[in-house]
Amino acid sequence: MKGTLVTIELTALGLSLGLVIALPLAFGQVYGGRVARIFCSLYERVFRSIPLIVLLFLIFYGFPEIGIRFAPLTACVLGLGLRSAAYQSQIFRGAILSVGRGQTLAALSLGMKRLEVFVHIVLPQALRFSLAPWANEFTIVLKDSSLAYALGVVELLRQGSYIIATTYEPMAIFLTCAAIYLLLTLSANKILHFLEKRLQIPGFETRGISH
Amino acid sequence: MNRKNTVLRVENLRKSYGRNVVLKDVSLEICEGETKVIIGPSGTGKSTLLSCINRLTEPDSGKIWLENAEITQKNVVSMRQKIGFVFQDFNLFNHLNALDNVRIALLKVQKVPREVATRIALEELDRVGLSDKAELYPSQLSGGQKQRVAIARALAMKPKLMLFDEPTSALDPELIGEVLGVMIDLAKNGMTMLVVTHEMGFARAVADEIIFMEKGVVVEKGPPQKLFSSPEKERTRQFLNKLTELYGEEKKQ
Repeated sequence: MKGTLVTIELTALGLSLGLVIALPLAFGQVYGGRVARIFCSLYERVFRSIPLIVLLFLIFYGFPEIGIRFAPLTACVLGLGLRSAAYQSQIFRGAILSVGRGQTLAALSLGMKRLEVFVHIVLPQALRFSLAPWANEFTIVLKDSSLAYALGVVELLRQGSYIIATTYEPMAIFLTCAAIYLLLTLSANKILHFLEKRLQIPGFETRGISH
Repeated sequence: MNRKNTVLRVENLRKSYGRNVVLKDVSLEICEGETKVIIGPSGTGKSTLLSCINRLTEPDSGKIWLENAEITQKNVVSMRQKIGFVFQDFNLFNHLNALDNVRIALLKVQKVPREVATRIALEELDRVGLSDKAELYPSQLSGGQKQRVAIARALAMKPKLMLFDEPTSALDPELIGEVLGVMIDLAKNGMTMLVVTHEMGFARAVADEIIFMEKGVVVEKGPPQKLFSSPEKERTRQFLNKLTELYGEEKKQ
């Protein structure tokens, strides 16, 4: 089904956009000055509080009023990405903070520069900490990509409803859609879990028992 | 005392947090190969003093020299490489095994070739008696082993001076000995050390001078024998008595 590909595309682009925005946001919240911190937490509050569908309508129907017009797919990616950034920034912020300050001091005491400390000491640990919550965020974006339906993007769900219009078998088709979402979620989690295990280091078990 | 090169000189160091003055014009000097021990009640600025020396805490005023070069904010990266710092809670890099913990600064800061860094790191691990644990991660090591790795990590940079901030305070009593053993060896092999500790056994064994600090000032300093037997200040005697009460086994030694 072509719709599945669009769903994957939406998810991937939305997540990537979110990632690109989230990293500097997290950075700003942890290391930034007052202004940066206020800006970052304001962003996070705002985008966590608006329902995605409202955000999508705003971008798609609202922005043309001030002269900015987006294609439906672009609007969806923007909406998904902007909101995901708010959540992802929290994941990274928590992960960065969970690397104890003592390790930063130790690295400084050895003569590392601030950036070196971040690259060699903080980041490798923060990434491991953020992998599990990030997998969670992935599934949320994947599922919420179905809201693109509302803007007329022909993704998995809309494709399904087109088929229903000709076959009149809503049960079978919607079940198929659900199954595809399930399959996507499961395989994505499998991949991320594999990655987590590959990077696993004693002392960094993020899950209770590793299978 | 024979006059050797002064390794560290601290002059009129001051530091306050808000209205709370932590260090009031602290001055001290350490010559090459000397070990000095700082004791004193908690909250008297001992740790702040050490972290000021390494500029992990920026002092308000006062000067610090390492071998005739003043340590300033500008040259701090190169100066820190010459000063080893051992923390109370080890602060090992949790994502790296023991070998990489010791090796990383050599590789990333001093840009030493990989084989050389590995060789130095293994030597230092051997010196602290942990060459067989090189592949283990911090979470697989005991507290005493972690602290010994931390010491090896600092030594690998070939520092002129080692600072120890209560290196055994976070350890189980049974593990203290192995860390102190390493430190005593270091002192005897001529490392210049400034140690904040309440391990009086260690102080008696290797300290050239004990510095008693309280409320941000140096109350009294002198060789261990003198401080233990005939301190000049009443307060010093009180404090040392308290310590001996706590760590009773040192009384008769």
